[in-house]
Amino acid sequence: MSTNENGEQKPRVPVLEGWFTHTDDKPHLLGTQCKGCGTYYFPKQTSYCKNPACDSEHFEVVELSRTGKVWSFTNACYQPPEPFVSPDPFVPYTIAAVELEKEKMIVLGQVISGVDVSDLKAGMEMELVLDTLFEDASSQKITWKWQPVANAQNSKGAKP
Amino acid sequence: MSRDVVILGVGMHPWGKWGRNFVEYGVKAARDALKDAGVAWRDVGFVSGAATMRCGYPGYVAGATFAQALGWQGAEVNTSYAACASGSQALAAARAKIQSGACDVALVVGADTTPKGFLAPQKGERPDDPDWVRFRLGITNPTYFALYARRRMEMFGDTQDDFALVKVKNAKHGFVNPNARYKKCFTAEDVAASAMVADPLRLMDICATSDGGAAVVIASETYARKLGVRNAVKIAAISTVTPTYASAVIEMPDLATDSGAVVEAHSFRAALPIKAYEEAGLGPKDISVAEVYDLSTALELDWMEDLQLCERGQAAQLVRDGVTTVGGRLPINPSGGLACFGEAVPAQALAQVCELTWQLRGQSGERQVANAKVGITANQGLFGHGSSVILKR
Repeated sequence: MSTNENGEQKPRVPVLEGWFTHTDDKPHLLGTQCKGCGTYYFPKQTSYCKNPACDSEHFEVVELSRTGKVWSFTNACYQPPEPFVSPDPFVPYTIAAVELEKEKMIVLGQVISGVDVSDLKAGMEMELVLDTLFEDASSQKITWKWQPVANAQNSKGAKP
Repeated sequence: MSRDVVILGVGMHPWGKWGRNFVEYGVKAARDALKDAGVAWRDVGFVSGAATMRCGYPGYVAGATFAQALGWQGAEVNTSYAACASGSQALAAARAKIQSGACDVALVVGADTTPKGFLAPQKGERPDDPDWVRFRLGITNPTYFALYARRRMEMFGDTQDDFALVKVKNAKHGFVNPNARYKKCFTAEDVAASAMVADPLRLMDICATSDGGAAVVIASETYARKLGVRNAVKIAAISTVTPTYASAVIEMPDLATDSGAVVEAHSFRAALPIKAYEEAGLGPKDISVAEVYDLSTALELDWMEDLQLCERGQAAQLVRDGVTTVGGRLPINPSGGLACFGEAVPAQALAQVCELTWQLRGQSGERQVANAKVGITANQGLFGHGSSVILKR
């Protein structure tokens, strides 16, 4: 249920603060880019650059590409241990590793519900959407998930 | 002066789910290794322990814990922790001590008692810890193994049947290994009938967690000669090299790879053996047997290619052809591997060394690899670091 005990809509709260934008229907992961060498980081790196050829300590927060191509994929058939919060009963979900072309970086995430392993192929175009990870008494905790671009065109996608 | 370091003795406590204190397993393995070496405990100058994070304080100071349990005799101690590579790092510390001339003979021990189920992160609300974050988002250890396995299917056309063949092969090996936990000749049908955990990997494609212990006694070659031991198995190389930025493969527990946008991306698993081969002055063609970290069936295939034992994408064909079975040209995991042992984290890298030692000495009984001369191990810790050890006769 996405309403609280008074029947009001529960607020949508990012499960991790500052990891992604969530103000419009085109969410982005928030990473950093080194001002010295230009390499990207996700999660954000803000203290020093990890490129051994770069001494920079200066970064800017950047929105990472919100589309990429499937590198690999799997699913979770068993309930993970805490701190994962599971609905009761547990509902299996699909997971994808998606390669961002500009950043040359592979990012993991759950795939929106309704997309199975059998629907995915390496190289398939995916886009970032926001969806509920879990709900507690007061809020819906939202996270990023991957969604096949083809699904978005059929408007099956998760609402912001 | 020879800087060669040799293996004088090896010992193990059988793997299982015994539920006893890890120290007991370590002591049993250590006493067996000392006996095998013909070295008195009081003559050991250095005790190098591989730590366990799951057994409280004694596990954090494993070197001292084992030294105390064996009976204080004044040896120096060291403790290493590197997740699954802990045993190799403990071995590397002991070898360095001997090579520096600071001691003649050292004992290396790792043992663990594991809880049931998924390995879980530490408690609390800790968004700074990537391990905590990935579990929060529902990314478990099998997720990573499954992503690698699926990548093989997508890139090379490997099938779930190929992965099952790896399990069947390792089960056959472990069936005749008295130290293995699972001693049953599983069939491809058994694998296919086991529950899906993380598609394409089923329960029987993924290793369990076990209790167990392993120990190795190493010495300078000069000391071995004094004992009258000749032709002892030599440690030809220990590689614990870290990856080079940028890491190309998504590694546990990370949620993203490094960015390859400004520097070339590398795979750590491929880098690890290069250093080992270089140090040993040997190449992949010299290898007669390998013990690799089969956290999953499919990962064994990745390791075969990373160790350059075959071309990228060819490993499944070798398994299909029976090349990697004992009796084949290049047996992989003659011990039965993690498939038959389950993972006892700080003991596992040492168990690989024990197995190769027995193989190179010709003491492996029914699972003996004919004329084994050079063996290589490979394993991995967290964040894409690991270890590779080469032993030669």
